[in-house]
Amino acid sequence: MTTIALPAPDAAIVARRPAIVAELQKLLGADRVIGDEDGRRAYETDALTAYRRMPLAVVLPRSTEDVSAALRYCHANGIKVVARGAGTSLAGGALPAEDAVVIAVSKMTRVLEIDYANRTARLEAGITNLAITGAVSREGFFYAPDPSSQLACTLAGNIGMNSGGAHCLKYGVTTNNVHGVRIVLMDGEVVDIGGAHLDAGGYDLLGLIVGSEGQFGIVTEATVRIIKAAEGARPMMLGFSSSEVAGQCVSAVIGAGIVPVAIEFMDRPAIQICEAFAKAGYPMDVEALLIVEVEGSDVEIDDQLAAITAIARGFNPTVVKVSDSPEMSAKIWKGRKSAFGAVGRLADYLCMDGTIPLGKLPEVLVAITDICQQHQLKVANIFHAGDGNLHPLILFDANDASSAARAELAGAEILTLCVKVGGCLTGEHGVGIEKRDLMSVQFNPTDLAVQMRIKTLFDPDWLLNPAKVFPLDARLTAEPRVAA
Amino acid sequence: MPQSVQARPPAAEQRPDSEAALADIVKSATARRSPLEIIGGGSKRAIGRPIENASQVSLRGLRGITLYEPNEMVMSARAGTLLSEVQSVLAKGNQMLAFEPSELAGVVGGDARLATIGAVFATNASGARRLAVGAARDHLLGIRAVNGRGEIFKNGGRVMKNVTGVDLCRGLAGSWGTLSVFSEVTFKVVPRPIGSATLVLFGLSDAIANEVLCAAMGTPYEITGAVHIQQGLAVTLDHMTLRGHGQSVTALRLEASPKSIAYRTEKLRVALAPYGELMALEQLRSEPFWDEIGRLSVFEGGDRPVWRISTAPSKGPVVVAAIARYMPVRALYDWSGGLVWLDVPATSDAGAADVRRVIASHGGHATLIRAAPETRAATDVFQTQEPGVARLSQQLKATFDPANILNPGRMYVAF
Repeated sequence: MTTIALPAPDAAIVARRPAIVAELQKLLGADRVIGDEDGRRAYETDALTAYRRMPLAVVLPRSTEDVSAALRYCHANGIKVVARGAGTSLAGGALPAEDAVVIAVSKMTRVLEIDYANRTARLEAGITNLAITGAVSREGFFYAPDPSSQLACTLAGNIGMNSGGAHCLKYGVTTNNVHGVRIVLMDGEVVDIGGAHLDAGGYDLLGLIVGSEGQFGIVTEATVRIIKAAEGARPMMLGFSSSEVAGQCVSAVIGAGIVPVAIEFMDRPAIQICEAFAKAGYPMDVEALLIVEVEGSDVEIDDQLAAITAIARGFNPTVVKVSDSPEMSAKIWKGRKSAFGAVGRLADYLCMDGTIPLGKLPEVLVAITDICQQHQLKVANIFHAGDGNLHPLILFDANDASSAARAELAGAEILTLCVKVGGCLTGEHGVGIEKRDLMSVQFNPTDLAVQMRIKTLFDPDWLLNPAKVFPLDARLTAEPRVAA
Repeated sequence: MPQSVQARPPAAEQRPDSEAALADIVKSATARRSPLEIIGGGSKRAIGRPIENASQVSLRGLRGITLYEPNEMVMSARAGTLLSEVQSVLAKGNQMLAFEPSELAGVVGGDARLATIGAVFATNASGARRLAVGAARDHLLGIRAVNGRGEIFKNGGRVMKNVTGVDLCRGLAGSWGTLSVFSEVTFKVVPRPIGSATLVLFGLSDAIANEVLCAAMGTPYEITGAVHIQQGLAVTLDHMTLRGHGQSVTALRLEASPKSIAYRTEKLRVALAPYGELMALEQLRSEPFWDEIGRLSVFEGGDRPVWRISTAPSKGPVVVAAIARYMPVRALYDWSGGLVWLDVPATSDAGAADVRRVIASHGGHATLIRAAPETRAATDVFQTQEPGVARLSQQLKATFDPANILNPGRMYVAF
């Protein structure tokens, strides 16, 4: 499956590979640079596994100084760089290139400072998402963004992609939870932006950097907001005989002024796949399942769940089941959070990530089914219903070129539809290579030029994370210095 | 003082009635390298460095709410729509702007009734609830704007989650019209809380009050306002009950269902017992107090320079004590101590040298909100930046506004 064009590697750089590896090893130490083929192969792809390219070399820095030295070297030698956290990007955001050095911050995992009074934690950016919460949970705190890959994905990657998760309906996405970063620019300069205080004193550079997909620099440290966990949390399951009615119920709950911590949606195929995998106790005879979670003390939880139940009753749910134990709650969430893995056992899949206005949910669900049927593909729908972030999982067979190509076509049609109804291409996974060529569906040339000029500001020679985010042809018109 | 800004001879004001007309004005100004002062309703005009020799462009011709979907918690409005109109339409839908826009018109001598929604986002004006729910910038979902080249562009959208491309909503929020002019903004709105109450302690010192605020914010009880007002300012509150005690006021706001408020009040009463007996203000007596915080009533009508300092919450009293070694100050702490409003004696630099030195050693940033125009012209009103950040900021300005015609000099002397 190679319908997404990737530029031919720079043969001169590739030819210099042994020398480049040797020079990097001399600069950083042999233990921090991987040059052999087996070692590099571990980094040839990310979670968009259909695309694989061997990196020129892999640098595993232990410090900001290492990152700075590596970038300074690459900058001086005109070598492209791909920043990498744990390589869990579903959008190909960490896909290497044969003429690019991968700098993977995954060994930089130290907790630098925890400040409970100010509710912040300062961390090296290679720490995993879940380890941040792990570092503060003994005092009852947590780090809010919770992507499904949180066990593996790094803070650096979360910042790169502005990751969300199931609970961001209440707590916001990464950009709402990061106070400051230490970023290394392509020329090796280290810049501290933000800190333990709120908001920028001048321009909001932090806001530009979060979600910039490794295009602007490499974040090596960050100060994040930590939050005291609620006294308790409890999910409930609501089953409906149609997806449309489930969508209406979500709108009604939010319209009534109730904003739960999370509202997750699964359609029948997704329910069956997840249940078979996780034995979560999901109802098998419904067309749509909502998992709604609320927080607070027991009394507060009872109160909110009663209010939600009362609203849901108006939509004739076929199942209303409140979790009655921590074990049951854990199972309900395990089913949802292992959805991608569960689907992956059955087939290869493409995970879409468009966001739509909530009111368009019924028509978009019908259209997604139609699109996939036209391409003779199966689809399972899982999404963050509260904020309209869809994750249709398009099932295909990677060994069948036709099936793979159809899956990509169907995906593009679904995302185009999301934009057409007033939504966007990506809610939390990022553009990467996957949606790069669809950017022109959402943005006109001026919209893109305005963004690309900022890329040029941070990375004048366009060496960072090449051939991603911006359509290859759009670059030519942006700025004289910009080349693909 | 602010009045003298208004006394300046009015330059010709242009009032485009469409985004295209706005772009034409900017294009023409760029071609002539002729500076523009961008204003919404002008309520915040006296904040920032005075802009010299610029013709005014008012956004008041771009008005109207263009989208409101309560069930999707989203609204769009043209930039010149009055904030009051936005708030009144939201109130009818039992919703609100969660970040509680602060309105400093009364402090700086502007007319609060003229405040526009575009300027709320252009200045990232966030109030007490910012601590709990995020700033204006966190609620901005989409923009349409004109940059200094006269190009019309959009970014973001109308949906809650969107990571498509470079995030210019956050990049442009708080840039005070120096990078681009918003023509339309789309933002998240939220349901109004079912109930609210304020818990108050009297007579605490800054340091002890800070302990209380930080301790309360470290509970799971979802405090949505955490302020401390020194005695000298507290006795000037309009709120009779709070003023009447004649002591410093330390206040925590709860917003939830009545049942939750009762529960959380009891929990906090126990947790904070070592600090004194909490007085609870029920909703009707609570809301006027937070309205006063939103407009900084204690600084209204005065003429002493006012600083706005953002630092780590526990550093708030430390910063104030350090500055107080150089000059007599009065402080109001918001955001659990992390946002300090400070009035200082009127000197030639409004104490900038000392304030900046203290901030440099404790971290954070300071903005001179109120001062005479000549003081604001002679000093950096916004935080002086480290070299790396300063260079990136200057390049960002050049990227959006290469001819330096949008509010030139308002934030920094050089750009």
